[in-house]
Amino acid sequence: MIEVKSLVKIFADGDNAGVKAVNDISFTVEEGRFYTLLGPSGCGKTTTLRCIAGLEKANDGEIIVAGKKVYSARDGTFVPSYRRPIGMVFQSYAIWPHLTVFENVAFPLRVGKQRLGNEAIRKKVRGALEQVELGSYEERMATQLSGGQQQRLALARALVREPKVLLLDEPLSNLDAKLRERMRVELRELQRRLRITTLYVTHDQIEALSMSNVIAVMNAGVIVQEGAPREIYLQPKTKFVANFIGSTNQLDGQVVKVGTDGTGVVGTEAGEIACALLAGLSQGAKVVVVARPESIVLHRNKPPQNENLLEGKVGAAMFLGEYLDCTVEVGKSVFQTHQHHTLQIRRGDPVWVELPAGECMALPAES
Amino acid sequence: MSTVALPRAAKAGSYIPRDPALLVPLLGAGVLIYLAVLPLFMLVMGSFQAEVAPREFVYTLKNYQAAYASEYTYSTFKNSLIFASGSAALTFILGTLLAWLTERTNTPLRGIFVPIAVVPLILPGVLESIAWIFLLSPKFGYLNVWLKDLFGLQTLPFNVFSLPGMIWVHSVGQVPLAFLMMVAAFKSMDPSLEESAMMSGANTWQTFRRVTFRLLIPTAGSVLLILFVRTLESFETPALIGIPARLYVYTSEIFLAFNEYPPDYGRGGALAVGLLVLSALGVWLYTRSTKESKKFQTVTGKAFRPRQFDLGAWRWAGLGFLIVYFVFVVLLPFLVLLWASFLPFFAPPSWDGMQKLSLENYRYLAGFRPFWDAMKNSIILATLAATAAMSITSLVAWIVYKSRLPGSWILDFLAFVPITVPGIVLGMALILLYVAFPIPIYGTIWVLLIAYVTRFIPYGMRAASGSILQIHSELEEAAAASGASWWETFRRVTLPLLRPGLVAGWIYICIVSFREFSTSVLLATGESRVLSILLFTMFEQGQVTVVAAIGVLMIATLLSIVALFYKLTGRVGLQT
Repeated sequence: MIEVKSLVKIFADGDNAGVKAVNDISFTVEEGRFYTLLGPSGCGKTTTLRCIAGLEKANDGEIIVAGKKVYSARDGTFVPSYRRPIGMVFQSYAIWPHLTVFENVAFPLRVGKQRLGNEAIRKKVRGALEQVELGSYEERMATQLSGGQQQRLALARALVREPKVLLLDEPLSNLDAKLRERMRVELRELQRRLRITTLYVTHDQIEALSMSNVIAVMNAGVIVQEGAPREIYLQPKTKFVANFIGSTNQLDGQVVKVGTDGTGVVGTEAGEIACALLAGLSQGAKVVVVARPESIVLHRNKPPQNENLLEGKVGAAMFLGEYLDCTVEVGKSVFQTHQHHTLQIRRGDPVWVELPAGECMALPAES
Repeated sequence: MSTVALPRAAKAGSYIPRDPALLVPLLGAGVLIYLAVLPLFMLVMGSFQAEVAPREFVYTLKNYQAAYASEYTYSTFKNSLIFASGSAALTFILGTLLAWLTERTNTPLRGIFVPIAVVPLILPGVLESIAWIFLLSPKFGYLNVWLKDLFGLQTLPFNVFSLPGMIWVHSVGQVPLAFLMMVAAFKSMDPSLEESAMMSGANTWQTFRRVTFRLLIPTAGSVLLILFVRTLESFETPALIGIPARLYVYTSEIFLAFNEYPPDYGRGGALAVGLLVLSALGVWLYTRSTKESKKFQTVTGKAFRPRQFDLGAWRWAGLGFLIVYFVFVVLLPFLVLLWASFLPFFAPPSWDGMQKLSLENYRYLAGFRPFWDAMKNSIILATLAATAAMSITSLVAWIVYKSRLPGSWILDFLAFVPITVPGIVLGMALILLYVAFPIPIYGTIWVLLIAYVTRFIPYGMRAASGSILQIHSELEEAAAASGASWWETFRRVTLPLLRPGLVAGWIYICIVSFREFSTSVLLATGESRVLSILLFTMFEQGQVTVVAAIGVLMIATLLSIVALFYKLTGRVGLQT
């Protein structure tokens, strides 16, 4: 439904050398899927979205939306935003303050090519408002709605003319935590029900993981890894992805042995660690072993098995309700771990740190 | 399939109209150059010419010699300097004192004082001068007579026809401006800067001296500068008070050169160029100093209330000062005009004076043709100028701030050029332009319209830009993403959101056009006379009480126009 090919966008920077905000990226969003561009600020995700929306004009590449070429550098095509079959939700919601709730949603139906009669407009607007549960607020001024309601209003407006593609630019970032949780679920349900092709931009990995069919992690204008949420989380291909998605611990080392089934042994200053090896790593390669805080197990007494067992000292233990946030010093490294809250452990206690082999992974060190 | 091929270099967003609109900034630049730059060019050229509208260009410095090396040069310079600096100082002191009392102390009733302090802006400069002549004239001035009786003096204490008199009258008209600027400065002072000084052991006086005062210096400097420049450019007080007193400043000299027979355009032009340079320099310095003072800016976006100084028992003195100021400076001029308008001839107030009150002046005016012509001209000019200026500036502001078209910053610059041009200089420049070029608008109402629009475009730009900048670009992008073309977006989203700013700008320009004097005095002739000029000429001819009646009607009309416009477009209820 959305095809992006070799997109490049350069922003001029004072002197002539420009900044490549989007540096030759390509991806495809299939029909009915929820695709997320995830990355830190400045990685180019919003710029990419705006190029697809037609609010920015790219410098090179090609964009095809719903089978129609909307941008092509080669033949100079550029379809302006108002002719693209899109609906967009902005980060600030962009609700028009001088119009009522009804008129805000009716706007897309009143402009543009199709001329609908008043009756038809009223039906569609009511339908869209019902969908986001704002049906009873029709006559209010848009500014009289709360933040969460305005966000739903923006959604209704984006969907009212049943566009082929829905674009969302960090729509949840201005909501408080509880509301964000609720809206994540609601948005996902809505998208599934309507089966509308959706491109979502965010820097929040929880949003990305919980809502998407496919995540594309971006950094400095390029797509670093693309895949299903579980894949991105459990099998990061680079240090950056591992760090960005969830928190992670890192241990520098060198590959000592390469196994047959994607596993191997890495020698680190804290000892030898058996772990999964990213494909393509050979013996002697400089790597970094990543392990998620929730994978690491702390034992007060030395457990029977010996594999991946390190000696350490508890740095700090903070009770966070859901889990015990424990930092452990192992040699020169400091690990962050999440332990079950029943673990009786205190600052300064000696402890055995287990890194289960199946839950740590060695990634190339440079990335 | 509809596609648009735009040149690769253009960074335009999709909601830019297609190719024809690229002509729009060029057109805008053309209009602004015609209005703002061309007259100045002609002025400078003309000041070097031996005769106006010459067939061949003969360059000469004779005009500059006549302007700056004559026997009057020194006295004009001295008077202008004293007038401008005295007025700047007095205005600043009064304005700052009032602002301080209202914003930083616990003077009672200070809340209602703010709107009251701004009221004198409604009074045209000509009327302000006339009212103070009524009050402080050396023979009959009401205030003079009252003070003489009150203190048992031998002679009347004040003479308005003097430099101090000029300084007082002009200052009184400018205090609202200084007041507003200093209020803004006081409002934006972060109390924690003073509090931390006190925490470090400084007492009240030390805190004031080392922190408060220092923070205010940059603002004070720029306010004094702008007051100085504005006084130098003004002509109302120099015309009504200075000329009869034979105290001439630069603006009076320009007027007198023009008023000779035959008019000495050369000398007038040379004087005008000098004044223009001074004014431009002043505005440039002002812009630079306000940029500097941004460093001292202390507002961080968190709402806070500045510290109030507790004046103790002195706060009643503060209230007393406010009351005295209100009664004597704000109310009295209005009252004296109203009173004088009912008098058949000017005389000090007395009990039989009361009995002579009549509507004779008003009846006279009812049948007085020049009055109705002037009234008609003033209203037409004010409303047309406001409409034209706001239309031009809203389009220019959109181009400059929203269109991302290359080179649009030039339009911004051009739109602000007229602010450096004193009114009388513009008048002189337009004369030279239209006498030289045979477009037959000289002497008609249209040259006045061009003059007003040119002069007030900067104010329109400020109102329009302020409004446009507040419109988040995502509001327009959302319209584009919802299917609206550029025109539909402008009509349905941009324009309605601009409306409050445009209305405010319209009202302001309407008011200042109605009051305008220093440009009109050179350009308004015979049938194109406006009310402020009518006041001037009739006052000079001695018909002072009729003039008072005209003044009252003028103020009433102004208030009605503003009220009517506000009511018509007053759906400005954007509760955001």
